[in-house]
Parts: sequence; C-alpha cells; structure tokens
Amino acid sequence: MNILSLLKIAGKALLRNKMRAFLTMLGIIIGISSVIAMVSLGQSSSQSINNQISSMGTNLIMVMRGNMRRGGVSMGNTNMQTLTVKDVDAIRTQAGNVSVVSPVVSASGQLVNGSKNWVGSIQGGNSDLLSIRMYKLASGINFTEDDVRNSAKVCVVGKTVVNNLFETGENPIGKMIRFNKIPMKIIGVLESRGQNQWGQDQDDIVVMPYTTVMKRILAITYIHQIVASARSESVADAATDEIEAILQTTHKLKVGQDNDFEVRTQAEMLEMMTSVTGFLTVLLAAIASISLIVGGIGIMNIMYVTVTERIKEIGLRMSIGAKNRDILLQFLCESVILSLIGGIIGILFGLMISYFASMGLSWPFVISLPSVGLSFLVCVATGIFFGWYPAKKAASLDPIAALRHE
Amino acid sequence: MNEIIKIEKLERIFRVGSDEVHALRGVSFTIFSGEFVSIMGTSGSGKSTLLNIMGCLDRPTSGEYYIDQTAVSLRTKDELSTLRNRKIGFVFQSYNLLPRTSALENVELPLLYNNTISNRERRERAIRALEQVGLQDRMTHQPNQLSGGQQQRVAIARALVNEPVILLADEATGNLDTRTSYEIMNLFQHLNREGITIAFVTHESDIADFTGRTILLRDGRVVKDTAVETKSAKAALEALPGSENQ
Repeated sequence: MNILSLLKIAGKALLRNKMRAFLTMLGIIIGISSVIAMVSLGQSSSQSINNQISSMGTNLIMVMRGNMRRGGVSMGNTNMQTLTVKDVDAIRTQAGNVSVVSPVVSASGQLVNGSKNWVGSIQGGNSDLLSIRMYKLASGINFTEDDVRNSAKVCVVGKTVVNNLFETGENPIGKMIRFNKIPMKIIGVLESRGQNQWGQDQDDIVVMPYTTVMKRILAITYIHQIVASARSESVADAATDEIEAILQTTHKLKVGQDNDFEVRTQAEMLEMMTSVTGFLTVLLAAIASISLIVGGIGIMNIMYVTVTERIKEIGLRMSIGAKNRDILLQFLCESVILSLIGGIIGILFGLMISYFASMGLSWPFVISLPSVGLSFLVCVATGIFFGWYPAKKAASLDPIAALRHE
Repeated sequence: MNEIIKIEKLERIFRVGSDEVHALRGVSFTIFSGEFVSIMGTSGSGKSTLLNIMGCLDRPTSGEYYIDQTAVSLRTKDELSTLRNRKIGFVFQSYNLLPRTSALENVELPLLYNNTISNRERRERAIRALEQVGLQDRMTHQPNQLSGGQQQRVAIARALVNEPVILLADEATGNLDTRTSYEIMNLFQHLNREGITIAFVTHESDIADFTGRTILLRDGRVVKDTAVETKSAKAALEALPGSENQ
C-alpha cells in the first residue's frame, strides 16, 4: 500500500466525522498556539530590551575610576585622579580592537539664557563622543578636533536644554548661553532620544570639548571616565582585555596588584537582562506545553473511540487483504494528520496572537523559526506517540472476531 | 479442470479453557474451476470455521488446504493477507460496505492493498466490476442511498474486482427478502455461467437449490456431497406472485 492511498484513506475516514476531527484538533491548536505565542512574546520582550540597550551603543566600553581603599575602607571613587588624557591616547594608539575612544569629564551647574535658566549637566569629550554615545545631530554641526585643541567655548545641546532655555520656535544655533558665568556658543542641536529604560532623560545634555571643561570650568588635570567603541560587538571582549592591559601598563601596576580602574561593557548589561527574559520565556513555554500534552491525550482518547467504532471496518479491510501493518499505518496516519493540521493552525494562530500582543505592547514582532520548526516536529511526534496505542490495538484485532463484531 | 480448492483431512480444534472443541474433524473435498457449490449445515456444524479456513482468515490445526494449487497451511499472517487480496473475493451477510463512501470507492478498496495496480487501472476495473453487477448508473451513490439488494451487489462487485479464483459468500442472502434473494442468486448464477467459481455458505435449502453441488456438514464432518440439479433463479423470480406486473 503506497503512502498516497494511505493518506487518502486516512483523510476520508477523518472527513466522515468533521466535527469530531475539529474538536480533537482544537486541543492541539490551543497547545501549539500557546507555546508559539509564549516563546514569541518572550523573545519580543528580550528583543525590545536588547534594542534599548543597543541604542546606547552595543560596542560601548566604559572605563571608570576604581574605588580607593585606605586601610581596608572603601572611600568611593570620586576623589580618584588616576585616569588621564594620556590613558586615552594610549588606548587610541595601542588597542587594535577599539575604533574610537574619548575622555569624559562631567560637570553640572546653572545654564542661563537671558531670563531663562536650567540646571543641566555638561559632558566634555572629544569630537568622537557623540558617535560613541550614538547621538545624532538634528541641526547644526559637531565641534572639531581644532575646537578641542583650542578649548573652544562651543557646545552641542539636547532637546530638553533647548526647550528650557529658548522660546518655542526659536533657533538656538549660534546663540550664546552661559554656564557658571562662562559664555558658550551653541553650534548644534541633538536629535531627541527620550528616556532610557531607567527613566533618565537622555535629552538633558550639553556636550562640549573636554579641554574646555577641564581648563575653563573645572580646572582639573585628570578625567572622570573613558568611553570607547569596539570595532564590532564580536570583538568587544577582546577590546576590553586590551584596554585593561594598556591601562595596567600606563598606570605602572605590578602583577597581582588591584586595578585602580574598572572596565565595563554594554554587553555585560545585555547579558544580565536577557538571562532574566530567557528564563521567563522557558518558564512560559513549559507551562504552555502542558496544554499540548492535554491535546495529545485528547487525540489518543478519540483514536481509541474511533478504533472501537470501526472494528467491523477493520475486519473488512483485513479480509480483503490489508496486512496488520496497513491497518497500523492507516490509524497512525489519521492521528498524525489530525495533529499536523492542528499544529499548522496552531502555529498560525499563535503567531497571530503574538503579532497583535507585540503591536499592543509596541514590542518588536519576532518569529522564532526554531520554535516554529520544533512545534512542527512536536506535532508529528504527538500524533505518532498518542496514536500508536490505538493503532496497535486496531492492527492486532483478529479478522474473524472483528468481522463478526456488532 | 483446475482444482481451485483442495481440502484434505482438515481438522480445527479450539481450546476453550481446558476443553478442546473439535469444530472440524477431518473434512476433505475438492472444488474445481467453474463450479457453484453450496456448503450447508446447521449452526455448530462447523461451516463458519470451514469458511474462515477457506478464506485464509484462519489456519487449520492439521490437514492440508490448497487454493489455486498453493499450500496455505504454513503461511505467515502477511502471506495470508496477500492470498486473500489476490485469490479470494468475500461476500458477507451484512454487506460490510464503508459508510459515507461511494459505491465506486467501496469497490476499489481491495485494489488499494495491491501495489502492482495503478490508480487508473484500479478505477477502470472497479467500473467494470460495477457494470458486471448491473450498477453502472449507481457508481457515485453512497451505501445509505442504496437498497439492500443494491448494497449486496456493490459488495459482490467489490469481491469481483481483484479477479479472484473463487467467490466465498457467507449467508449472502440472509438479510434480504425472498425476491431480492432470488435476484442476487440470479446474479450469482449469471456470474457462474461466465466462469466464476463460487462457494456459497447457507443454511437455507431453497437457496442451496440454485447451486450445482451441495456439501452438507454435520458436527464437523461432511455427511453429504452431491451434485444437484440447478434450479434457475430467473424462473423462480418469474414464478413469484406479482412478477407479471413488473
């Protein structure tokens, strides 16, 4: 008996009782669609977190000043003066996996424009700082390396600063504002980025050359932080190691001595967040797969009823030459068709649920191909596993007794 | 003449608990090609057991059984299935048609279990078999749209479609009224004249009268095996009251 006629026979048998076939499928549909929806939504949520963190720069590497310890007591890192512009230069020239690097010095204070004022924070960096932090200019220009050399009194400002210092519709480019009595010229405005996931306003920022901040505002010779971009996400770890090694050399640290700095990557943050959502995804999928098992038992139940109902048909088929194997395959085929069609509907239904849910939550819609493929296999396996016993029962019937069955 | 069925000292013993039931106690006979044989007996005479063995559904405890010169006794289950599929056509008392399935597809069924037959040939042979039983205009009808006699004709077409060496009919007229029974017997006689060998199990002697030879079983033994003068089913049909009006 070839596979085509087997499928035809099984299909016809199912069509003889459409309502029952549909109800049996319903169990599988619900099981598969909940698994698909849960996995897909779990991945959507981790993708959404991923996107947010990535928007801060996936390749971002931050070097902070280390904690100072005196007699075993941590003194915090605010007074450490270990990071310098020399470290930045060393990283730029020696770290092969680093594409751009910038020092960061921050200050905060009163920003004043005429009668308006705003308490804002200033970030000093070189001309690469904007690209490392993944800020884009909405209008105007970035400051140049010449501005950095000359400690020019120019700055690029974020939307929040503009909104608070200027009238609506006023063009801030070229205007002078004062920061702690020092006048500076606005040469660029940044594109709005809104809040980050911790609720911090990313548009409340003023960026200017680090030399200006160090010499004219803070009068310091050290820097607060170094930020760098790895050439790609894949070499971020290598870049981190490079930076660590370079700084150990420039800081003349002996082997075994604690670092007086700390290197962090965005990837570490990402890992932590995704491990949480990954765990949730697995948990939800596990709960959803329980309903799949229930659906499978539904198939088994119906197949048992079907076999009992059709004992006479089985006897007839045997009497006209069906081998035990043919009967086994026919009933197995029926349960696999049920679970497979149920599975396909379930996959489509599950994707639909997760599509609308992720639209509603404004998460990215992720189709997880492995989970779709796996569900498909699970469907077939469910059909075979739960169809096996009833089919075996049918195939082992005695043709004489089956024919005489009333 | 070819020996279609050859049975030698056939015994069949059933074990029921510690008891042994002898259903057949040494049955021997031969059916030749073109014969129309009725096998008669009361219930308990062993005729069902004999039919099951002749139909390759059961195996004898001892003795030899040849169908179309093929020894059956030592075959495996799968080989018996193939023998049934190629050599035997069954007609049952209760028709055993698949519900919600057209007459044509019911007739095609045995050929589905034969890989050597193409889809096209299967369809053609099923149509031919339905024509043989006079149901060429009922091919797409489902069993519940057919009368009892028509359903039995579909079942006969199904038994003919694999071109068997013998038709085995088990009380094939048992569920039918007299007129329809005679019509079915007329069909069997017609098929027999075309050269088809038929073994017909029945307990009704007036039905057995339409065959050419009667084998009578009692308590698992053949007590009578005689050629009888075949009564024409067509004549019997015409003699029924009310026939003139049709």
